[in-house]
Amino acid sequence: MSGNIKLMQGNEACAEGAIKAGCRFFAGYPITPSSEVAEILARRLPQVGGKFIQMEDEIASMAAVCGASLAGVKSMTATSGPGFSLKQENLGYASFTEIPCVVVNVMRGGPSTGSPTSPAQGDVMQARWGTHGDHPIIVLSCSSVKDMYELTIRSFNLSERFRVPVILLSDEIVAHMRERVDVGALESLEIFNRVKPACPPEEYQPYEASPETDVPPMANFGEGYRYHITGLTHDESGFTTQKPHKVAELHERLHRKIENHKDEIIETRNYYLDDAQIAVFAYGSTARSALRAVREARNRGIKAGLIQPVTIWPFPDDLVHQVASQVDAFIVPEMNLGMMVREVERAAHGQAEVIGQSLVTWELFTPAQVLSKIEEVFNWVTSGSTSDSKPSRTSGALAAATE
Amino acid sequence: MVSGIGCSSRAPGYVDFNTLHTTHGRALPFATGIKLAKPEMTVIVVTGDGDATAIGGNHLIHAARRNLDLTVVLFNNSTYGMTSGQYSPTTPTGAFGTTAPYGNAEQPFDICNLAEAAGATYVARGTTYHAKVLPNLIEKAISNKGFSLVETITQCPIYFGRMNKIGNSVEMMKWQKEHAVTKKQAETMSPEELADKFIIGELCHKTKPDYCELYDRIIEKAQASIK
Repeated sequence: MSGNIKLMQGNEACAEGAIKAGCRFFAGYPITPSSEVAEILARRLPQVGGKFIQMEDEIASMAAVCGASLAGVKSMTATSGPGFSLKQENLGYASFTEIPCVVVNVMRGGPSTGSPTSPAQGDVMQARWGTHGDHPIIVLSCSSVKDMYELTIRSFNLSERFRVPVILLSDEIVAHMRERVDVGALESLEIFNRVKPACPPEEYQPYEASPETDVPPMANFGEGYRYHITGLTHDESGFTTQKPHKVAELHERLHRKIENHKDEIIETRNYYLDDAQIAVFAYGSTARSALRAVREARNRGIKAGLIQPVTIWPFPDDLVHQVASQVDAFIVPEMNLGMMVREVERAAHGQAEVIGQSLVTWELFTPAQVLSKIEEVFNWVTSGSTSDSKPSRTSGALAAATE
Repeated sequence: MVSGIGCSSRAPGYVDFNTLHTTHGRALPFATGIKLAKPEMTVIVVTGDGDATAIGGNHLIHAARRNLDLTVVLFNNSTYGMTSGQYSPTTPTGAFGTTAPYGNAEQPFDICNLAEAAGATYVARGTTYHAKVLPNLIEKAISNKGFSLVETITQCPIYFGRMNKIGNSVEMMKWQKEHAVTKKQAETMSPEELADKFIIGELCHKTKPDYCELYDRIIEKAQASIK
């Protein structure tokens, strides 16, 4: 016991986690339901010698975060759907020029202005593919207030370790609810800082990486290492190149630095999978209702299990593939019309049935809704999985409304 | 040195500094992050008329409003040269561009007036013809502790010059020579005489606390609050 238990709001936990991770710069723009992260950091950062700035727009916020990180200060921004869309160009810049930074996206109902005060999970694909071109990215997903503290720290660590922007997804409910967090128990979390070059400035090649890591050591601006950074396709020197083999080399290294370290990056929480016949795949706040539903199903004699991906990108292909060989079916409840369900289908590769469950009322899934889907799918698989009676993607709420 | 996108913005590739070639219009917010993270660094932003006053117009007025200690050197060639001659926010009314085949229907910005009105504390204008004056203006801009902008009238003979039949780069620089007047000369000229002229030299220089100085006081206050 640490004796430092706090009642915290999700957004507050994110802000405090950021400070704990060593974040000393935040640039943002007001947007519901993420504004508390900015408000709290506006108060907290100067207390620890850091800086907060409210920029003129979302685009500028992302740019300022990149600039501050290049000058050696761990930096972040927080936003929601519409703002996240505006950040995409500079997010791509950070990815391509390998600037460590953290972008928090508290998801709300979309598209467009949508439902600013309601939770949703419609940005999971935007988080992966929102910017143009192939690019490396890491995306984590929070399901509790504790997650917002801990995973903010993990986001910074991963961004510093792999020189990549890390997107932390939350949703309106997780961000606005209050829960107990044992901050003391999280005190000992390891903090990772970017690796600096070991060579003298005149020998420094800013984008030269060892084949083992594929991550180039990073010299901060203003520390005597003078070099060039451009969003144009570049070689090890940092200057632009159009030589076909150099262009391919860069893209392949950027891909490899994530792909070859998936074991280090991917984190999942696995419940009752050992003998599971039905596996629920759920992330974010949906995973909490799903866990309760899985336990309830077990009480009713159904061997259900849960995969909760904490890292949603890169996707935990290997785990899903392996579980697919053992279960009869996956259920993928999500607050969108079916996004991650396609990834589960891809990774399951036909070994198990994959059934989505969509909820687009912008209300949380209840455990009862997920449980009823588990029972429906269980009855279907135990009665021979005939294709004409396959459970639909209909959400529990829609079913209730039709009744 | 930080730049956006365009002909102007390739300049950082030619200097031996920490150089950052960013996204279109966003050099100023990138520079803002650098300056706030390391106020001891001298940060120069090289940009163009399209980069700074169209796609990046919002950032220009807000960086000026904050009086952040940055120096902007803005190459104004009245066109989007990199993308081959579209009209820009500084293309004169009636002038031709690839997207203004019948002449430009819009009114151009006066960038120096814009920067001064938005809160810049040092504003000057030079030209590529008056090359000996320019380093002096840039030097003063850098030594001003606050937001500084030096507009530099440059020539784009390939697109703007050709499409508007002004001629080659020598003739365009001759045009600069014939249309630039000093503040002092302008004072003795009538509005009619000034109609097709532009004023060069230092246009505004005032003292105001810069953003980092004000933010340092915020840090002091915040730290005192938790003692």
